[in-house]
Amino acid sequence: MNWLNPAWVGRAVLAQMAGIGAAAVLFVRLVALTPLALRRFTLVIEQTFFVGNRSLSIIGVSGLFVGFVLALQGYYTLQRYGSAEAVGLLVALSLVRELGPVVTALLFAGRAGTSLTAEIGLMKAGEQLAAMEMMAVDPVRRVLAPRFIAGLISMPLLAAVFSAVGVLGGWAVAVLLIGIDEGAFWSQMQGGVSWWSDVGNGAIKSVVFGVTVTFVALWEGYDCKPTPEGVSRATTRTVVTSSLAVLALDFVLTAMMFSI
Amino acid sequence: MRGVTCGYGDRIILSNIDIDLPRGKVIGVMGTSGGGKTTLLRLIGRQLAPMSGQVLFDGIDLAKLDRHGLYALRRRMGMLFQFGALFTDLSVFDNVAFPLREHTNLSPSMIRDVVLMKLDAVGLRGARNLMPSEVSGGMARRVALARAIALDPDLIMYDEPFAGLDPISLGSASRLIRDLSQALGVTSVVVSHDVEETFAIAHHIVFVANGVIAAQGTPDEIRASTDPLVHQFFTASPDGPVEFHYPAASVTEDFGVGGRA
Repeated sequence: MNWLNPAWVGRAVLAQMAGIGAAAVLFVRLVALTPLALRRFTLVIEQTFFVGNRSLSIIGVSGLFVGFVLALQGYYTLQRYGSAEAVGLLVALSLVRELGPVVTALLFAGRAGTSLTAEIGLMKAGEQLAAMEMMAVDPVRRVLAPRFIAGLISMPLLAAVFSAVGVLGGWAVAVLLIGIDEGAFWSQMQGGVSWWSDVGNGAIKSVVFGVTVTFVALWEGYDCKPTPEGVSRATTRTVVTSSLAVLALDFVLTAMMFSI
Repeated sequence: MRGVTCGYGDRIILSNIDIDLPRGKVIGVMGTSGGGKTTLLRLIGRQLAPMSGQVLFDGIDLAKLDRHGLYALRRRMGMLFQFGALFTDLSVFDNVAFPLREHTNLSPSMIRDVVLMKLDAVGLRGARNLMPSEVSGGMARRVALARAIALDPDLIMYDEPFAGLDPISLGSASRLIRDLSQALGVTSVVVSHDVEETFAIAHHIVFVANGVIAAQGTPDEIRASTDPLVHQFFTASPDGPVEFHYPAASVTEDFGVGGRA
C-alpha cells in the first residue's frame, strides 16, 4: 500500500504543499491585478453577463421553490404555537441570513463555476493560454482577472435575487394558499429583519462565497491537466471543493457573526 | 543557445545543445519524434527554462529577464502553434487584431487596415468574419500565422507548419514562410518532419535526435551526411539506429510461444 511507504507520503505532502503555494500565489496576483483589470471594464461586463445574467434563471426558479417550502414548513411549526403570522419573518430571516448566500453559492458553483473551469481548462488544452503568453499577454490579467471580478460582482447580486424571489414565493404560499393576513406577513418581516445584522451579514457571506467559488473555479481550470480527462476532473473538483469550502466557511462566518 | 540542457522533472530532453540562429535566415529543425524539437522552440520563447546553459536573444540571456523584460522581448517574437491555438470565442479578424489591441494604441481604422493586410498576406482577407470553428485546419494555421506576424516580429517560430496540409496548402505554406522571411527580413525557425518542403526553404538545417544535435549544416551538407541516424531519417528506412518498436519483451516471451508445449 502506497500510504505505508514514507517516501510516497513525503512526495504526496510536498506536492500538496506546492499546490497550495501555487494557488496562494495566483490568489495574490488576482487581487493585485484587480485594479488593472477594472480599467478594461468591457471585459468585466462581458464576463458578468456570462456568469451573472446567465445564472439568473436557475437562481430565480430555485429561490421561488425554496421560498415555497420555507413558508410551508414554517407555517407547520409556527401554527402549533399560535404564531403563524410570523411565517413571513421566518422566511425572510432564513433567506437573507443563511439560505440565500449558501444555496446561491452552491448553485453558482454548479452553473457558473463549472463553466469557468471548463472554459479555462479547454483554453489551456488548446494552447490558447500558451499562445497568449507568447504574444506577451499575461493570461492571468487578460483572462482570469476579469472573470474573478465578475464572480465577485455577480454572487452578492444573485444572492439578493434569490432571497427576494424566495420571499415572494413565501408570500404566495403563506398569503395566497394558506390565507395568512397579508399585513401581518409584511409588517412582522419589516419589524424583525435588521439591515445590518441580518441583511448585512448575509451580504458579507455572499461576497466571501463569491470570492471562494470563483477562485476555486479559476484555479482548477488554470491548474488542470490539458487533456479531456484532466478538464473533466477539474470540473468535478470545482463543484466538490467549492461546495465544501462554502459550507465550512458558512459555519465559521455564522459563528463569528453570532459572537459579534 | 550555449550548452543548453533541459527537461521535464528528472527527464532530460535536450543535452548540451549549441545552436546559432542567424538573423534573417530560415532554420529548419528536424529529427525523430520525441527527439526534442518542440522543446527547442519552448526554450527560445522561454516557455521552458534551461537547467543549465544560456538561451540568448540579441545577446540577452532570457533566464535573467523578469516578467516585464520577457514580455518586451516576446513582442519581437511570433509563434505559430501546431494546431493554430486560435481564440475560439473571437472571429478571424479579432484573432489577428488581438496583439495589436493589446500592445498598441492604434485607432480602430488603423487596426482594421493592418489586420486586413496581414490576412491578405495569408490569402484569407475574405474570411475575416468567420469564427475559428468555421475554418479548416489549414486555414486556422494561416490565420494563426497572420496573428503571429501582426506585430512584425524579428523572429517567427513555426511548430509543424506543414502537418496535415493538402498538397496545395502545403506549397502555399512553404512559399509563405519563405516570402515572409525575404520580405520582412525575419528569422524563421521551422520545426518540421517534411523533408522536401523544409529543405526547399531552409538556409540551415539542425537535426535533433535523442536529445542531442546529430547533425547541422546547409540542406546539401545534411543530404551528404554519412551519419547513420540522419541517413535512416532521410531514406525513411525501418533499419538503423532508430528502432520502430518501443522497447519490449521478446515476441516469443510475450505471446508465450514455445512455453505452451
